[in-house]
Amino acid sequence: MGSEITVTGPKALFQIGPIIITNTMVTSWVIMAIIACVCMYLTRNLKVKPDSKRQIIAEKIVLMVYELIDGTMGKKWRHFAPYIAGLFAYSFFCSMSSLVGVKAPTGDLSIIIGMATITFIMIQVVNIKYKGFVGSLKRFAEPVPLILPLNLISEVATPVSMTFRHFGNIAAGGVITTLLYAALAGLSSVILKIIPVAFIQSIPIFQVGLPALLSIYFDVFTSFLQAYIFCMLTMVYVSGAAE
Amino acid sequence: MERAIVLAASAIGAGLAMIAGIGPGIGQGYAAGKAAEAVGRQPEAKSDVTSTMLFGCAVAESTGIYGLVVAMILLFANPLIGKL
Repeated sequence: MGSEITVTGPKALFQIGPIIITNTMVTSWVIMAIIACVCMYLTRNLKVKPDSKRQIIAEKIVLMVYELIDGTMGKKWRHFAPYIAGLFAYSFFCSMSSLVGVKAPTGDLSIIIGMATITFIMIQVVNIKYKGFVGSLKRFAEPVPLILPLNLISEVATPVSMTFRHFGNIAAGGVITTLLYAALAGLSSVILKIIPVAFIQSIPIFQVGLPALLSIYFDVFTSFLQAYIFCMLTMVYVSGAAE
Repeated sequence: MERAIVLAASAIGAGLAMIAGIGPGIGQGYAAGKAAEAVGRQPEAKSDVTSTMLFGCAVAESTGIYGLVVAMILLFANPLIGKL
């Protein structure tokens, strides 16, 4: 008992010039490599008539992404599918990586800020593409020029709220899991004090199994939901920028 | 002494920040109730209703998440101690 409970942010591993490489960055690189390898494996030897399970799975994934985009943005936005699918896969597997014991990259604010910045730039680019440079600036002064500062703030609030929503959910899951592990260790050491053998007292017996129930919610469900929400918001904002 | 006061005030502040959790709780409960009504009225639209509800819930959640982020900053990355 009385053990210190620590909740830490990302740890710096080493430094290349001015860039500090953290453990979450390394995890996210590994995940990117895994996703790329899986994609390459699934799309090898594509045929017009699929004869392998591999190609059927790949086609099913693509169709699911198309369906999502058709329902949210409309058919003419299908060229967005690779970005949305990539964003979803990256976010989902990064959040799920906490299941194997590493710190989830999506629990690191910097990585989510990166994702939200890409979406923000994309919104601006689509705005300029569809309305022209002057037209895209004009939308800040609508309906009356008086609310220009409010419009600017709400424009910046878009990526900020996306970042905090995703980061807060995953980081809070990590904090609650840490607290639960500490509480279960305390509980088992209190209960096992009945047995006067030091070896048995040190086994945190309640840590077996019980956290799995919580991790179904915090790791699997929240990961999926946040990845889905992030992609949905990206699609809604980007297609809204074109109107 | 000053450090102790700042730490105590930060802990109280973190607790107060989490009062923000009330709002999303009410909002999500309302959304879920309405979604249950909608599914009861139109069971065939269940998947659409569910995805719309989850989307709305996640958006309603953001104010609570802001409170949570403030609380986590106060607890784990306190900027006020550095100012002593």
